[in-house]
Amino acid sequence: MNVEQISIFLENQPGRLAEVTRIFEEGGINIRALALADTSEFGILRLIVNDNEKARELLKDHGYAVGVTEVVAVEVEDRPGGLHRILTVLARRGINVEYMYAFVRQSGRNAVMIFRFDDIPNALQALAAAGIRVIEGAELYAM
Amino acid sequence: MIYNEEFETLPREALEAIQLRRLQATLARVYRAVPFYRRRFDETGVKPEDIGSLADLARLPFTTKADLRDNYPYGLFAVPLDNVTRIHASSGTTGKPTVVGYTARDVQTWAELMARSLTAAGASKSDIVHNAYGYGLFTGGLGVHYGAEKLGASVIPVSGGNTRRQILIMRDFGPTVLTCTPSYALHLAEVAEEMGVSFRDLKFQSGLFGAEPWSEQMRAEIEARLHLKAMDIYGLSEIMGPGVAVECLEAQNGLHIFEDHFIAEIIHPETGDPLPWGTPGELVFTTITKEAFPLIRYRTRDLSSLHPEPCRCGRTLVRMSRVQGRSDDMLIIRGVNVFPSQIESVILETRRFTPHYQLVVERVENLDQLTVLVEMHPELFSDAIKNLQAVERELEDAIRETLGVTVRVRLVEPKSLQRSEGKAARVIDKRRR
Repeated sequence: MNVEQISIFLENQPGRLAEVTRIFEEGGINIRALALADTSEFGILRLIVNDNEKARELLKDHGYAVGVTEVVAVEVEDRPGGLHRILTVLARRGINVEYMYAFVRQSGRNAVMIFRFDDIPNALQALAAAGIRVIEGAELYAM
Repeated sequence: MIYNEEFETLPREALEAIQLRRLQATLARVYRAVPFYRRRFDETGVKPEDIGSLADLARLPFTTKADLRDNYPYGLFAVPLDNVTRIHASSGTTGKPTVVGYTARDVQTWAELMARSLTAAGASKSDIVHNAYGYGLFTGGLGVHYGAEKLGASVIPVSGGNTRRQILIMRDFGPTVLTCTPSYALHLAEVAEEMGVSFRDLKFQSGLFGAEPWSEQMRAEIEARLHLKAMDIYGLSEIMGPGVAVECLEAQNGLHIFEDHFIAEIIHPETGDPLPWGTPGELVFTTITKEAFPLIRYRTRDLSSLHPEPCRCGRTLVRMSRVQGRSDDMLIIRGVNVFPSQIESVILETRRFTPHYQLVVERVENLDQLTVLVEMHPELFSDAIKNLQAVERELEDAIRETLGVTVRVRLVEPKSLQRSEGKAARVIDKRRR
């Protein structure tokens, strides 16, 4: 029900990202959201795509180390304080955000943020209690 | 099994008597036929007839790689080229290659010693040998080839390269013995896996791996992944090629040197003083049956030790310990001596990394810095940077604790380190530029 994110290990070198996007282009994979975490030597590319299964197979065939992580897509009101409200809810419950990034498309008039929590069940509970909408995987991939 | 029961199980005394007789004949011959040796012996003031015991050998001067280079290409040959039936050369990483020659009898001797080696690894005439050592100037391919034929086994002269085709041949031809470098053995395992071929379904029983230093951990890895017994084989083209010494299937503990053809010594790598058996030092060989290219007290730069204890296989031949590395390969990192093979041991002991690694040595602000590149693989992968950095730190700590040297560990992409079809290039030393 939650969102699956794939992540790839990349060396911090020219052309490495382009290699990934080339593989996706050839495989007809559409990138929905992405974030790159990097150190001076390597990076982790985190991606949400329209077809996780296929993207994973393609990457594995090309020799990449691929991981799958469960993340949560949260609707954020597109106005000042929108994100702050969500983070406050989470902070009150003592939930740690390991990382987050923005989704490309909007959900209606709202923005979508991708969150990686250390404690997903607890986070979902807190968000639901505050009336904050969480978008399910199937809906998100098709957006 | 033992190929030549008579010569491989001689009592020490009888063996030494043969060695002395053959040594004296060799010395008399090189003094007569090779101006280089005559000059050297005269300078030292020792005549061949002064050598009355094996201990006297230590009175003779060493021969080094530089001497071989100075006498390029044929200066050290002891027979006219008319009598030379084969020429090999070792790749010269610095400057000229080393050229070696064989008479017809030398080629036969070599075949016999390789047949002994294959037998020590459990092979017999009913085996099929998949020989993936390179054929050509390198002695590996043809050395194994002639030995396998002498033994009466069927040999597949597949040579190095075209790995995917090799896997198909392995699957379809059913070879039972594999011969190649240890790094190529692992590459074969990797490619087989990619092709969906399992070594479990192949017929391999044993393998002889050599031509580059490797570790016990690497043996464990090869045996587990290729489902065969892995034996170490030693040789160098200057002395003959593969088949100077070999491990036996029974003990897999040290390599029996074919002492009826070579006299081995261990010396202190700096002072040149002979060291007693059991003490680690540099291996020195004297050939005592070779006709075309005899070598007297040749310094191999290989570090090892000699062990005369009886072996459960029944051979009385002295065993040399697995070569730790060439003294040329030794890295001095901020004053600490390290061999690539020692780092390899630590990497494999952690059981977290693939056996593919590379060492990069640089000088950063006048300090030597060693970077160890290891490959990421799916089991190691985490999508959190801190976890990956922890993986790097963990190996850095293990290397520091074990070897006392501080290194930097860097994860690189899966299968991005070069796979070698011959000898693996483990060390990139950027300091020499």
